[in-house]
Amino acid sequence: MISQRFFAAGADRRIAITISILIGVAVIVPTLNIAVAPDSAFHVPSYLVALVGKYLCYALLALALDLVWGFCGILSLGHGAFFALGGYAMGMYLMRQIGDRGVYANPLLPDFMVFLNWKELPWFWHGFDHFWFAALMVMAVPGLLAFVFGWFAFRSRVTGVYLSIITQAMTYALLLAFFRNDMGFGGNNGLTDFKDILGFNVQANTTRSALFAASAATLALGVFVTWRIIGSRYGKLLMAVRDAESRTRFLGWRAENVKLFAFTVSAVMAGIAGALYVPQVGIINPGEFDPANSIEVVVWAAVGGRGTIVGPIIGAVLVNAGKSWFTGALPEFWLFALGGLFIAVTLFLPSGIVGMWDSWQAKRSGRKAAADAADATAVPEMAIAPAAIVRGGRPAAGAAPEPQPAE
Amino acid sequence: MVPGGPPVRDPVNDPPEPVLYMGFLRNVVAAGLMLAATLVCAAADEAELRQLVAKFADANNFQATEAVVRELGATGSPAVEGLLTALSQGSLYVRKADDAIFVGDEVGPDIKLRDPLNGEAVGTVAKAGLTKIKVNNTLRRVIRDALGGLTLGSNDPAVRLAAADTMFKNPDPATIAALDAAIAGEAVDSVKARLEQARASAVLLSDLGEADKMAAIDILSSRADQDSLSQLSRFQASAEGPLRASAAAAVATIDQSLALWQVGQNVWYGISLGSVLLLAAIGLAITFGVMGVINMAHGEMVMLGAYTTFVVQQVIRDTAPGLFDWSLAIALPMAFLVSGAVGLAIERGVIRFLYGRPLETLLATWGVSLILQQAVRTIFGPTNQEVGTPTWMSGSFQLGQLAITWNRLCIVVFCLAVFALLLHVMKRTPWGLQMRAVTQNRRMAASMGIRTPRVDALTFALGSGIAGIAGVALSQIDNVSPNFGQGYIIDSFMVVVFGGVGNLWGTFVGAMSLGILNKFLEPYTGAVLGKIMVLVLIILFIQKRPRGLFALKGRAVEA
Repeated sequence: MISQRFFAAGADRRIAITISILIGVAVIVPTLNIAVAPDSAFHVPSYLVALVGKYLCYALLALALDLVWGFCGILSLGHGAFFALGGYAMGMYLMRQIGDRGVYANPLLPDFMVFLNWKELPWFWHGFDHFWFAALMVMAVPGLLAFVFGWFAFRSRVTGVYLSIITQAMTYALLLAFFRNDMGFGGNNGLTDFKDILGFNVQANTTRSALFAASAATLALGVFVTWRIIGSRYGKLLMAVRDAESRTRFLGWRAENVKLFAFTVSAVMAGIAGALYVPQVGIINPGEFDPANSIEVVVWAAVGGRGTIVGPIIGAVLVNAGKSWFTGALPEFWLFALGGLFIAVTLFLPSGIVGMWDSWQAKRSGRKAAADAADATAVPEMAIAPAAIVRGGRPAAGAAPEPQPAE
Repeated sequence: MVPGGPPVRDPVNDPPEPVLYMGFLRNVVAAGLMLAATLVCAAADEAELRQLVAKFADANNFQATEAVVRELGATGSPAVEGLLTALSQGSLYVRKADDAIFVGDEVGPDIKLRDPLNGEAVGTVAKAGLTKIKVNNTLRRVIRDALGGLTLGSNDPAVRLAAADTMFKNPDPATIAALDAAIAGEAVDSVKARLEQARASAVLLSDLGEADKMAAIDILSSRADQDSLSQLSRFQASAEGPLRASAAAAVATIDQSLALWQVGQNVWYGISLGSVLLLAAIGLAITFGVMGVINMAHGEMVMLGAYTTFVVQQVIRDTAPGLFDWSLAIALPMAFLVSGAVGLAIERGVIRFLYGRPLETLLATWGVSLILQQAVRTIFGPTNQEVGTPTWMSGSFQLGQLAITWNRLCIVVFCLAVFALLLHVMKRTPWGLQMRAVTQNRRMAASMGIRTPRVDALTFALGSGIAGIAGVALSQIDNVSPNFGQGYIIDSFMVVVFGGVGNLWGTFVGAMSLGILNKFLEPYTGAVLGKIMVLVLIILFIQKRPRGLFALKGRAVEA
């Protein structure tokens, strides 16, 4: 395959390692949590399982965003919306599983509907008592929204900051919509108080461990899918659109279709991440649509290294671990730290942690190669000059950084 | 108790004056005559009033008291006003010793007595020596109506106007005679019109003839507000024949005119919202247009302006409370300087390293906004701060059926002033020329000797400073908290993107049309759904015109 030439052993190996680690974590952590005695040094406490499970969902979301931002140059400030929609689809299934065990013991209606004096189930709630239907909706709803949104936006050639702003408007509109009680999604409080998933108690340790394993395995699958997309001919096209959209179009490619595919796949991935997230945290509310959340996802990808597959995962886990630590130890300073991180990463680490590591490796191997006078071919994964990424296709060489009129 | 009248000049017995002074003299005599007449009349009245007041002592039940109140009200004398008010408050007493009536104020165990008519202090008596005249709610209503009638005779036109309004809202056929008298004696046109309306509303309820009622319907339909509408609809329901038809026609006319006013009100609210949006967005439009920089910290610049106002007001409260009415005027330049300085620091410290990377600028400025928010939260606390309103900005006035609050009007005017000023700077000053040159073609501008980095820095400072003074204005209508700016940032983006970049008029049209559209949608959809629809409309609009309403044309676009 052509891709083999572009991705030397180094990149393939990294993906293989990532997938193996994720599968390994999916097996080992639940085992250590359930099978090992609580007083053992190897025991993994349940809260940690839940916490890391949450991080893994965030990592999948960051990976989804990276597919469109890092590889296609579309900065979406509304990916939180796809995440939350997937979460709501799963939440609706979990609500239907409560049955008559709610506070009002109504076998047909969820508690909040009884409270709001609703007489019958709204049409869009039908079908959510089946898991397969909910699972379908988890992918279909975000995917469809992204498809329709992207179809209009990319065809009209809305690009750059304009696209970012209308994706932000989209998630903001959904935030306002889901806050309304009349929407039938629980309004302000969202969906919560879940009991069962597939017949198992969501609070039980074993269920939580299983959800953790599912998250890790799904993330591994996400890494694999992304890697296959990037490695394919289509992946080349994706990056061509990112680096020089007009040129790609002049060569005869339909840039809007290329972007639309990536955007839709990315939204589906984000929806799945949301669906795995909801049973683990036990609640989904309109706060997930907050534009600030979506922007935070962008910084996870940026910290880890955009335009890489492993980067967003590392970034999401690191930033969220930092957030957990800060909000526990120094709650006052979390926003300072996060804000500082935004600035520091954009100023000093434009290609993120993984990008830095790669360029350092490339320099080292370059020196070694020169010394050995050998035919060093190890090109690090996606180690594209950061300037080339961020300029969105403008010639990087020679041009001093200068502002552009708005696109 | 009965005082003698003051000496009265007798014109007949006055000696004749020389012819030379006849004209002057005649006037003096005439004036003297009138004065005398009034005084005699007052004296006679007071005696009569006192007799009436004395009847309270014999009134043993509510009906009897009510009859006395009605009699007092019918005299139309302003003197009984205090006494009736006292009665409705339950502070009118009968002295057991001699059945005299007094207004009393409780002072500890005793009661301080005042004369019921002229209010002179009479002395203090123990509670046991007095009987309170009891009132119930029916009686209070009667008293209120009587008072309404009484104040028609007041010397102050404002009091007469208020009385006419009260009587209009509680029409009573029994007051027609009093109103007729008041209308005949009324000199102020606006009060007279109100009195006629009050009379008309009473006529509708009375058993007067058809012609009178027709005239009343005409008068009411010319008033054309919610109150006259409800009175006419009530009348229409009970009337018959031509009266009914005429009332129905009047109701239809009023409905139509009210609908027009409703449109006017929506436009006004829309303009008001639009000017708020314009104030918040205009600084963003400048920086976005000239530098292509998305400043996510723009909302925080607005917030800094609002907090500057708060600090200025605190200092004024502590040191010179007399200057409080000037606090906003003092806060304006301060806010401009504070926000402008912070903006300059951001441009020099962060943004200039990120030129040509608009998406990264967006992230970095978002980081700045988080830091600024948290800094303000750490310094001032997370709660809302109270920003006071100067006295000249509070209250409202009525324009037809529109109630316009002064602070909204001030914001609209202020916003237009800021807009005009910016327009002037952009179109008429060398600096504005440079800014426009850089917006249109940066490289060419640089080749012509314009120092583009300096223009960038100053433009960013200007945009931030404008955001700061927007904060001063918005602190008057919104809660000043660390999240203050967050509420405006998305709306400001929408305005800028909708209006088109690099064009102040685009921002103006964008803000006003979004504001008005929002307010026209609100009555049908509710505030939240209306806002969602506006957002969706903007998203759809961007598909049609990806560069906004007024897009820059030419090479600049594809640069």
